[in-house]
Amino acid sequence: MAARSSPTSESPMVQWLFIAIALGFMAIILVLPLYSVFHEALARGWPAFLAALADKDAQAAIRLTMLVAAIAVPFNLVFGLAASWAIAKFEFKGKAFLITLIDLPFSVSPVIAGLVYVLLFGAGSFLGPALKSMGIEILFALPGIVLATIFVTFPFVARELIPLMQDQGTGDEEAALSLGADGWQTFWRVTLPNIRWGLLYGVLLCNARAMGEFGAVAVVSGKIRGQTTTMPLQVEMLYNEYNATAAFALASLLALLALVTLVLKTALEWRFSADLAASTRH
Amino acid sequence: MSRHPAVNRPGAWRFRQPSVIPGFGLTLGFTVLYFSLIILLPLLALAIRSAGLGPAGFWAAATDPRVFGALRVSFVTALIAAGVNVVFGMLIAWVLVRYRFPGRRLFDAIIDLPFALPTAVAGIALTAIYAPNGAIGALVAPLGWRIAYTPAGIVVAMIFIGLPFVVRTIQPILEEVSHEVEEASATLGANRFQTISRVLLPSLTPAVLTGFALAFARGVGEFGSIIFIAGNIPFVSEIAPLLIFIRLQEFNYGGATAIAMVMLLISFAMLLFINLVQAWSRRRYGYGS
Amino acid sequence: MEVRVSNVRKEFDRFPALHDVSLDIRSGELIALLGPSGSGKTTLLRLIAGLEMPTAGRIFFGDTDASEKTVQERNIGFVFQHYALFRHMTILENVSFGLKVRPRSTRPPVAEIRRRALELLDLVQLSGLEKRYPNQLSGGQRQRVALARALAIEPAVLLLDEPFGALDAQVRRELRKWLREIHDRTGHTTVFVTHDQEEALELSDRLCVMSQGRIEQVGSPDEVYDHPGSPFVFGFIGESSTLPVSVENGEIWSAGRALGLSAQGFEGDEARLYFRPHDVDLVDAEASLAGVVTASRRVGGTRRVELAIGGEGHRVEIDLPFDHPAGEKTRLAFRPRRWKLFPAA
Repeated sequence: MAARSSPTSESPMVQWLFIAIALGFMAIILVLPLYSVFHEALARGWPAFLAALADKDAQAAIRLTMLVAAIAVPFNLVFGLAASWAIAKFEFKGKAFLITLIDLPFSVSPVIAGLVYVLLFGAGSFLGPALKSMGIEILFALPGIVLATIFVTFPFVARELIPLMQDQGTGDEEAALSLGADGWQTFWRVTLPNIRWGLLYGVLLCNARAMGEFGAVAVVSGKIRGQTTTMPLQVEMLYNEYNATAAFALASLLALLALVTLVLKTALEWRFSADLAASTRH
Repeated sequence: MSRHPAVNRPGAWRFRQPSVIPGFGLTLGFTVLYFSLIILLPLLALAIRSAGLGPAGFWAAATDPRVFGALRVSFVTALIAAGVNVVFGMLIAWVLVRYRFPGRRLFDAIIDLPFALPTAVAGIALTAIYAPNGAIGALVAPLGWRIAYTPAGIVVAMIFIGLPFVVRTIQPILEEVSHEVEEASATLGANRFQTISRVLLPSLTPAVLTGFALAFARGVGEFGSIIFIAGNIPFVSEIAPLLIFIRLQEFNYGGATAIAMVMLLISFAMLLFINLVQAWSRRRYGYGS
Repeated sequence: MEVRVSNVRKEFDRFPALHDVSLDIRSGELIALLGPSGSGKTTLLRLIAGLEMPTAGRIFFGDTDASEKTVQERNIGFVFQHYALFRHMTILENVSFGLKVRPRSTRPPVAEIRRRALELLDLVQLSGLEKRYPNQLSGGQRQRVALARALAIEPAVLLLDEPFGALDAQVRRELRKWLREIHDRTGHTTVFVTHDQEEALELSDRLCVMSQGRIEQVGSPDEVYDHPGSPFVFGFIGESSTLPVSVENGEIWSAGRALGLSAQGFEGDEARLYFRPHDVDLVDAEASLAGVVTASRRVGGTRRVELAIGGEGHRVEIDLPFDHPAGEKTRLAFRPRRWKLFPAA
């Protein structure tokens, strides 16, 4: 129950008032939207819901989303490991600058993230037609979507690992090296186990964002139904065609993913808070 | 890759400190390469393209009335939403940190929902609720208020996505506030209201500023959660990212580029502001946001 | 302002922190609450402050029963171990705080507040630093600001909770002297909590020795040191050695020998003898405590010798001047100059 009244707490009435306002606000702003996704998805009953998910375009969208995440997340994972190793285990000039740079994609609107790839590989660019003549399509195809997704999910793993590895320092690695291990052995047997929960956490967030990305992918994908629509894009298309139930049905899958991510994230935070990044910035 | 630490040459400029740990060249090289290819190169293309417009062309594109209108819509709504989030975010952080009540942990976890939920899903869900026939839209319709398809809807969506930024920035600072400081204030004669308003809240200022800036920056750049609920009427409820999107579909790359550059410049200014706030507060108060 | 603590008991969730404690604090005195951790001294201080409420008993400020009054109403000044300064305010603002939050009716004008705050900063020797922030001061300086801040509201009683606990030894010693000077100048009734007996003996007019939620003894430093009222006080204040003994015919016996010491009217057969290691005379007689030297080390300007006494080999320590010839011996005999007997525990 709320703390009893003391010199350093408010009167119980004030406390309950605060709690009521805060929870009320959260209920309306956060819980209600979440609930409405599932409510709308099942508005026409289970048969309509399942039919929407079984639709072949929906299935294609699901497959594409998973494929994109399956490519983008490992790329950013490797990057995150490399960057945090370089930053945490060494002292070099320009380190702080590099850390700030890595955060860059966070401050860029997703539409701009898509835009820059259109400029790079689009019709009016140098690379676009050159690659096309070699038979490689970037835009309006899988590579473009993957690139745009990599852009927006770029910092997730690194941001989680860098403060964590900085906190852990170089002591363990130096000990391993002094015992005769080489670089790779040290990394696999000493470093990786130390950072595994932070790594999982970062991958979790990266994956959630990768599967849910909308703006950047909308720009580069061309929205070719059945071929280059990811789940979020398919949701938009169905919605704009006034097929609300189907849109919400697909959206509910994504919402489920979000819930699972939240649960796992919270579980990791509770059990392994010591092994996660010192800062809780997002 | 040499395994031996560099020879000690006092006074010589060194890029990095010698270390026995291997892999520097490999990891830094890969990091810089990856970053350059994925981030730098594309951004460079953007910069080149906007430079290619020439100063006059750029200016014309950037100050086009519709662009101005879109930027204004984005900014004003983001500002209002960040303001609302600061007020309620502080209250929520306070309640989560200071009080114990059933379900507290659940609510604490839910704060992160906007981070995890795909923007398009948030967009259609919010629209469903605030449309005239939706749960809340129907409640306020008799008052003559419309939320969805108006700037008010944009504000609501931005409140949704910005809330975690404010709460998660304030929470750790609040958790750190020492009990003794509040007791000291009480022993000096301050009543509870004075203690909160003169001692506790001001110490949160850096965190509040940072949270505000983060929520604002995110709101300005947001796309997916907004375009469904917005109405998208030029000058009224059309946000800047949407205008970029439209220009792209018209193959007006120049126009899109110009708007994007303006938005980027503002984002970087926000980033700079946040860093300055944190540096100032660390110097002045001894702690960051 | 005198403070009277009357039969106060404090329990935290069934855990008794204070059992039936009564204490009379005289107006204007500097009294120390001394004891090990868990003795209840901080709890007692916080009860006087109003930061906690007693489970039973009353607290009087002068003639008024303050037991029900809130901490704001009691007009006390409190100094915390970790300063508790307001980090976002300058030093001047910190010191002025108590005056600024007064209700309009009792609040002095702005210029007057500033003048008083500057005066206090001068008293604590921090003039010129009023625009600084706590972050920019040393620990000792911060504690002085905390004191100035507490004094600004002209408190009836000044309460300090291990005020020097977070500081280096050197700074601690300086601030101790300085606190005494301030007290002598301002004359506030002052209660401070410490676990450092040296500090308590040096600073206070009176000591209140506490252990496990009870008051063991209250008295001046001399009284408590020279006439400890219980084994705990004897052992806690100053150094002590102790030995089980028996009493026969008004004389103290140990290991089958009379020691040549009067039992001072002790009633009972079994007792524990307490004495201070430096309060002994070496003797060469039968009526003495004799033992084998088991350890010997130099401590400052004296030699501390550990002896195993008599048949059962109880260990005691005595102090000799470091160059005393007896320091070389393997057997020593001595008699305490001053001693006390307490019932065998």
